[in-house]
Amino acid sequence: MDFLRPAGWEEALAAKAEHPTAVPIAGGTDVMVEINFDHRRPEYLLDLTRVAELAEWEATDRTVRLGAGVPYTRIIEELRAELPGLALAAHTVGSPQIRNRGTVGGNLGAASPAGDAHPALLAAGAEVEAASMRGTRRIPVEEFFTGVKRHALEPDELIRAVHIQKADGPQQFSKVGTRNAMVIAVCAFAVALHPRTRTVRTGIGSAAPTPVRAHEAEEFLGAALEEGGFWDSGAPLDPSTARRFAELCAGACRPIDDVRGSAAYRRHAVGVMARRTLGWTWEAYREGDGRTAQCA
Amino acid sequence: MRVNITVNGRPYEADDVWEGESLLYVLRERMGLPGSKNACEQGECGSCTVRLDGVPVCACLVAAGQAEGREVVTVEGLADHARQRSAKPAGAVCPGEPEAGHPGKPEVGGLVEPETGRPGEPDTARRAEPGTGRPVGPDVARPVEPGLGHPGEPETARPRRPGSSRPGQVVAPLAPVQQAFIDAGAVQCGFCTPGLLVAADELLERTPDPSDADIREALSGNLCRCTGYEKILDAVRLAAARTGKAV
Amino acid sequence: MAADRTASAPTALTQATGATRGTIGESTLRPDGTLKVTGEFAYSSDLWHEDMLWGFTLRSPYAHAAIRSIDTAGALALPGVYAVLTHDDLPAETHYGLEIHDQPVLAKDRVRYHGEPVAIVAADHPETARRAAARIAVEYEELPLVVDEATATAPGAPLLHPGRRDHHAAHVPHPNIVHRQPVLRGDVAAARARADVVVRRDYEVGMQDQAFLGPESGLAVPAEDGGVDLYIATQWLHVDRDQLAPVLGLPADKVRLTLSGVGGAFGAREDLSMQAHACLLALRTGKPVKIVYNRYESFFGHVHRHPARLTYEHGASRDGTLLYVQCRIVLDGGAYASSSPAVVGNAASLSIGPYVVENVDVEAIALYSNNPPCGAMRGFGAVQACFAYEAQMDAVAAELGLDPVEFRQRNAMSQGAAMPTGQLVDSPAPVAELLRRVKALPMPPERAWEAAGGPVDVRALPGGLSNTTHGESVVRGVGYAVGIKNVGFSEGFDDYSTARIRLEVIGGEPVALVHTAMAEVGQGGVTVHAQIARTELGVDRVTIHPADTRVGSAGSTSASRQTYMTGGAVKHTCEAAREEVLRRGRERFGASHPAWAEPARLRLADGKVVTDGGEVIGDLAGILGEEAIDLEREFRHRPTEPFDLRTGQGFGHVQYSFCAHRAVVEVDTELGLVKVVELAAAQDVGKAINPLSVVGQIQGGSTQGLGLAVMEEIVVSADGARVRNPSFTDYLIPTILDTPAMPVDVLELADDNAPYGLRGVGEAPTLSSTPAVVAAIRAATGLPLKRVPVRPEHLTGT
Repeated sequence: MDFLRPAGWEEALAAKAEHPTAVPIAGGTDVMVEINFDHRRPEYLLDLTRVAELAEWEATDRTVRLGAGVPYTRIIEELRAELPGLALAAHTVGSPQIRNRGTVGGNLGAASPAGDAHPALLAAGAEVEAASMRGTRRIPVEEFFTGVKRHALEPDELIRAVHIQKADGPQQFSKVGTRNAMVIAVCAFAVALHPRTRTVRTGIGSAAPTPVRAHEAEEFLGAALEEGGFWDSGAPLDPSTARRFAELCAGACRPIDDVRGSAAYRRHAVGVMARRTLGWTWEAYREGDGRTAQCA
Repeated sequence: MRVNITVNGRPYEADDVWEGESLLYVLRERMGLPGSKNACEQGECGSCTVRLDGVPVCACLVAAGQAEGREVVTVEGLADHARQRSAKPAGAVCPGEPEAGHPGKPEVGGLVEPETGRPGEPDTARRAEPGTGRPVGPDVARPVEPGLGHPGEPETARPRRPGSSRPGQVVAPLAPVQQAFIDAGAVQCGFCTPGLLVAADELLERTPDPSDADIREALSGNLCRCTGYEKILDAVRLAAARTGKAV
Repeated sequence: MAADRTASAPTALTQATGATRGTIGESTLRPDGTLKVTGEFAYSSDLWHEDMLWGFTLRSPYAHAAIRSIDTAGALALPGVYAVLTHDDLPAETHYGLEIHDQPVLAKDRVRYHGEPVAIVAADHPETARRAAARIAVEYEELPLVVDEATATAPGAPLLHPGRRDHHAAHVPHPNIVHRQPVLRGDVAAARARADVVVRRDYEVGMQDQAFLGPESGLAVPAEDGGVDLYIATQWLHVDRDQLAPVLGLPADKVRLTLSGVGGAFGAREDLSMQAHACLLALRTGKPVKIVYNRYESFFGHVHRHPARLTYEHGASRDGTLLYVQCRIVLDGGAYASSSPAVVGNAASLSIGPYVVENVDVEAIALYSNNPPCGAMRGFGAVQACFAYEAQMDAVAAELGLDPVEFRQRNAMSQGAAMPTGQLVDSPAPVAELLRRVKALPMPPERAWEAAGGPVDVRALPGGLSNTTHGESVVRGVGYAVGIKNVGFSEGFDDYSTARIRLEVIGGEPVALVHTAMAEVGQGGVTVHAQIARTELGVDRVTIHPADTRVGSAGSTSASRQTYMTGGAVKHTCEAAREEVLRRGRERFGASHPAWAEPARLRLADGKVVTDGGEVIGDLAGILGEEAIDLEREFRHRPTEPFDLRTGQGFGHVQYSFCAHRAVVEVDTELGLVKVVELAAAQDVGKAINPLSVVGQIQGGSTQGLGLAVMEEIVVSADGARVRNPSFTDYLIPTILDTPAMPVDVLELADDNAPYGLRGVGEAPTLSSTPAVVAAIRAATGLPLKRVPVRPEHLTGT
């Protein structure tokens, strides 16, 4: 095993180009577990923690460009207003120690269906900035996940940043685990209201081979809100609308039975979370604060 | 590979580090600092919690090479760390801020300078030796009494006597959180204790008067199997109260 | 703040303050506390030796397979590898075990469970050892699995241990049953005919892991005399030694064990794990060998709590009197016996709980299977039964329309009651009082998540930080339970502890050295030993000698027995030392004061000999002079007898211990998530030798019971009997956010048979906390919940 320590981004890309099998490591919260438990013996470890720019974020008018190496703790502390859904999701990641090290870039790189950031990125709307010596491209997050722990990166590519739409309405994130802290998602759900485009987006975690959006549910709710004039009136949602939305979200799941939970429970829980988080976001929208209240 | 890390204010150097080794392994097995505990190696227990450039992390998930050139504080350095913090004006310590002063030179009176820790000399010699985990009374066993000696026992296998390994050094006062853990009965088997102390100390550095919910959240990454956590909560409350009184 | 701490000289530890020098009944602080908070305390995994090698174990990927061949050549060829051993390399005895020697040191021609050790490697770096193990080629042929009672006893079932010759083999109904213990009393059929209410239900308890935080580890150092010194984290040094010596082919005196720092135990260190492997590698290579399991390996490296299936039938009359209990308890012991027979004895004899029932028909068995081996865990057979009988008590109370606490109190045993085994409970049994006390405690406030007045605090809600509810579908429930646990080793076992006391003058001051082989695993035995020595000998300075096999056995740190037994041995030996002091004093100074002639009137206090009138007549330092007193004595509890194999009758237990719990939970009924809001306990401890430690034991034990109630289970795959969750990612134990406030009410009713009247504390709280939590969840949801851990699936019907 070789340990590559690029001091800058160009050097990192060059190293990845030269050693396409190199495993990038940032917070180490996935990679080191695999090494410690002998699940993985990469030829090269590519340490990205010395590439200072990866730990920076910047906000533009409509988006936040989140460096791949910004730890969750900083997202919680610094980006609560711009990225409320992601900040809530970040707060459910592992433990304080893990949140101090783990990054969205690493979460994407691991591409686990249970990654906590993924549903929030899907709901907010995001693009992954992938780079190599050959150039830079942006991959919509929906297209990033290609299978269980598989993603759309080429072997010579690294994740540089994630471009996430700034919240233009309330967002929520909810995750079921069988413990009240430090738990991997049995399943997770994110919802974001986008009043500017009068759309609703969702993200579901750990209930399909990849993180997914519940497109049918989004379309149903978008149409219901539009047709009922809800965006303008701010009227309470009809419980049957919320129920239907929840059913469609549950229906978007393709879960499996595993040691963490049954497929039937996952589908059920996604439905419950969808209904509740929709309720919370819609209430927040009605109250006109345009952003969800922070809860934890 | 070679790795240089500043641990508890002292420069350390380790050679022949396998690239897959964690910071935890290097601390424990190469630098003679076994205080940070290895209980799960997957960031699910917090027993190996250390400060890396001021930030609490699981040392088992930091690749040794990632710690190159960084500052690490372990449980072994917690008392010094707390003392230096309390010597500064309140609020002056930022996580990650390199500590001022020579760490081997305590800033409060009554302490004798340790024999180790000369700047520039990596400390690679200290190791935990067998038998030191013995339950020891408030008065350590006198050097081998008649009839107690164990003929044929290799020199290195003899229990290291805590305190006697650093002649001339007066045992330093504990950090408030360390003393509070003892006083509140928060220590049973003690395996989770080092990680909990580092996490709790950092909480109190950030939040001197935490609510119970704050304490629970801050320590939610540290598993304890013995105490049921009640005494740990007591200890953190006690440390906060005492520190608050002292300021 | 720092001013009240004393910086002490290098040879002393930092805690030479009053707070660590208490006598019995005081909350004396741990003598090892400073070492533990500074990181200086050396656990077995911290040990290091010049020229040390690392051992690693190759384990079976199959739960049941024949081994056709093992080829170690590839491993041996790897640079840095010093030895690779298989079954064929074993020098002497090839099997070991606590009671039945059925467990191979290394598998020979057959593996019986997933994770069974097949080969061991010693190398110069743990990674080298791992790589070498990966190069060992083992050819397996999978065999049919035995996974439960049906497959164990089916016609033609594969026998786990064909040709059994152990002492249970003759009386078991099938060779795949380790042991069977019935308990029969009265006439159940007649009682059933009289019963107004009958409740019959099946229950199930999942396989719990002790999940101590310090994984198995130790260092074996070959000695010049051909023997070996083993520095080890264990619960019982002497029983380790007695199993190791035959395996190593050495006489017992050449296998010397010293206790290292122990990172928790809870039963999991009662069996051997890496001890024999490290010693074999050390003797083979001539070098010190350290083995440290990682968490994954730890799940395969020790026995677990027996999973159980239980069928209970309770009958009661309309006035709320229990008429009979019939039950059958099937414990899965897994591939090897470990302590299964004793677990069966406990489950059977404690199966109906702390109640008076005239008519009882009990059968408890443990199976051999291809599941992971199970043995000792805190509560030891009583936990499984308590979950079922307490659920039954609630169910019968509901049928009768009685308050569940009142129904329990009506049937509660008290001093003088007969156990189903016929044994009379001859010391206080304040079962009804403990229930009264937990019930009388104030209830925790409702809707704590709203308390702040601002947005909801999800940390106070089910789901916690995961943000699953802001109060929707959250329902509170309250549940009660009480349990009974035996203290000490039962069924005629010769259970004793040894203590050596050396009393001498050092620097003009009398000092007591306490030397025992007691395994300090965190419980605080070292604290109470010093308290006892101070109390009995009237000295201030007490030194605790490292625990090792140079002194006689202290028995196991299990069965809630160490304060009673080794504490008792320390007391007993101190009394002998005191007699010697008084004898010497009488010899030398007898003429100076008439009280010397009446030793019964004399006590030792503050380094002096004092009369019952408070007059000082001698000085310990002066009496001892240059001549130390050095005594070693054994202490035994009163004898017990085996249970009759047909009727279960017999004076089987030494002492009983009782704890009651009230659990308050809040359940998100829609998502099936549980937040335990409060877990209150009341326990009779006879005499709290160290009240701080007593409360710590009760809270710790309660939390392990909470874990079993709502999250902890080793899951074994249905098709391959493989462990599916051997990690802290998927075997979850409670975090500080899962653990509620735990008020503790300690009752002290002396047991006149025990030293100081004390009662073993450690296990009883683990029993009743599980059923109390589940009762509270039942109250919140209205669901029957017959299995623990309760999963969200059970609460949501998914």
